[in-house]
Amino acid sequence: MKTKTREKTMYSIWFVIPSLVIFAIFFLWPIISSLYYSLTVWNFDTATFCGLDNFKMFFSENSLSSSVLHTLIYAFSTSALKVVLAFFIAIFLCSKIKTKDFIRSSVFFPNLVSAMAVGLTFSYLMHPTRGFFNVILNSLGLASIDFLGDPRFALASVILTDVWKGLSISVVIYIAGIQSIDKTYYEAAQIDGASGWQQLVNVTLPLVAPAQNSIIILSLIGGLRSFDLIWAMTGGGPGFATDVMASVIYKEYAYGFYGLSTAGNVIMLILISIIAFRLQHFLNKREEAIQ
Amino acid sequence: MKKKKALYILGDIIGLIVTVFVFIIPFYFMLANSFKTEKDANLLNMEWPSIIHLENYIEVFSKANYQLVTAFKNSLILTFFTVLGLIITGAMAGYVIQRRRDKTMGAIQWLIMLGLMIPASILPTINLLQNLHIYKTMFGMVMIEIALQTPFTIMLFRGYMASIPKELEEAARIDGCSNWQIFWYIINPLLKPIRATVIILTAVNTFNDFTNPLYFLPGAENTTVQLTLYNYKGQFKSSYNLLFADIILITVPMLIIFLIFNKKIVDGMVSGSVKG
Repeated sequence: MKTKTREKTMYSIWFVIPSLVIFAIFFLWPIISSLYYSLTVWNFDTATFCGLDNFKMFFSENSLSSSVLHTLIYAFSTSALKVVLAFFIAIFLCSKIKTKDFIRSSVFFPNLVSAMAVGLTFSYLMHPTRGFFNVILNSLGLASIDFLGDPRFALASVILTDVWKGLSISVVIYIAGIQSIDKTYYEAAQIDGASGWQQLVNVTLPLVAPAQNSIIILSLIGGLRSFDLIWAMTGGGPGFATDVMASVIYKEYAYGFYGLSTAGNVIMLILISIIAFRLQHFLNKREEAIQ
Repeated sequence: MKKKKALYILGDIIGLIVTVFVFIIPFYFMLANSFKTEKDANLLNMEWPSIIHLENYIEVFSKANYQLVTAFKNSLILTFFTVLGLIITGAMAGYVIQRRRDKTMGAIQWLIMLGLMIPASILPTINLLQNLHIYKTMFGMVMIEIALQTPFTIMLFRGYMASIPKELEEAARIDGCSNWQIFWYIINPLLKPIRATVIILTAVNTFNDFTNPLYFLPGAENTTVQLTLYNYKGQFKSSYNLLFADIILITVPMLIIFLIFNKKIVDGMVSGSVKG
């Protein structure tokens, strides 16, 4: 009890107040008020209560409800690709090769270029006739692909660009995880005659799990929220083929349906909360099981 | 042993080829096309230009009534004040949240860490800014950027505070320092390494932000660098040479930061995401 009161006087709550006030006013309050505005027909001046109409509308319009599915596909596939690819790149960069500094910098750099710049550049590399990717395909004797104009490929094309841009963060986290593994585990495994592959599967993989969990959560939540890359590359098109929740929110805002847009925002909030909560729970259990 | 050495060299070669192909070519593409004439850039090919048209870089600045100059000014102001606000408020909050472990602090921490997960509500935020009469102002935009990046910043500072021993503060207290003096003269100087990381990450994040200025800072006089790129999707469509010159120009500041702080960025990300 005594230490508690001493802590209170030593570490005054005033130090937290500036952050807390800014965060509460400009982040928390809009979220709380969105719960009300999502139930209204709203134009910023007047909000007329309309019950769950916006939500009904959202799920009955195919162009809107399909965005939920696209968001899930987008988030889970970018996350899965990053988790797997980054692991092998990190393993490669932790070996004794000489060029690892150069490769690590090259992998990291896309992360510093804005999503807008990356999106526009890749949309020209993916140009249906003149784009570099199609030049390669043609030189291999294959037919051109309309990467962003064909609804069958558009979402996948954006997903791969996202992976290209965001891979580095996962690589860096993996590298930290791998470097923190005690070398004696490998020595013991070698004495037992484990091959390189066996060491990878039985030593590295389980011990890198905490780092891996961070990567899964970061990339999944990032994927669920993503907007700018998609907006730069396809604007949600062709049709609604690459519309995700964040782009629908923007579109409904641009059309002037503020209540509907806010309902989309609330659906996204609920979706992310459920997934993040379940995932955290699942990953914690997994970590416990390994230990 | 010899066989192993050969394997590493093979690994080097394959790694280099893949890296160049996957990660370098897109940047080469941007750079090469930024030097071409509009007609040549329109071909979108990989050829290095025979004549380097550096005047593209002047033209891109003068385009649309020197919009890019305004944009650079706005982006730099926005980035500077956001980062400044974050390193002051974030360090203070991270310090006390890490040191004090009671229910109030636990609740505050939980509340702030929610921000790492849940997305911001956009239109209610615009409405709030309007009601406070700070919509379309730099002040409002800075506040939004600070609010959105506060959770991550506090997480980094809090994580780093754990490695600073309490004894330093106790000694200072016996010498008669106030709470504020302890923070300012003892703790804050010790936070230098993590502050560098926070500065780099939040600066890059704010400078590269497209979505939030799109919503909260509309208007030609308020434009930021990322929004100038967007013009090339509509207004100046097919001026590819200028688009790529614009991309190069707004990427160069990030490249410089990267080359200077390469190692710090990586270390900081690591401390933030693994130890956090």
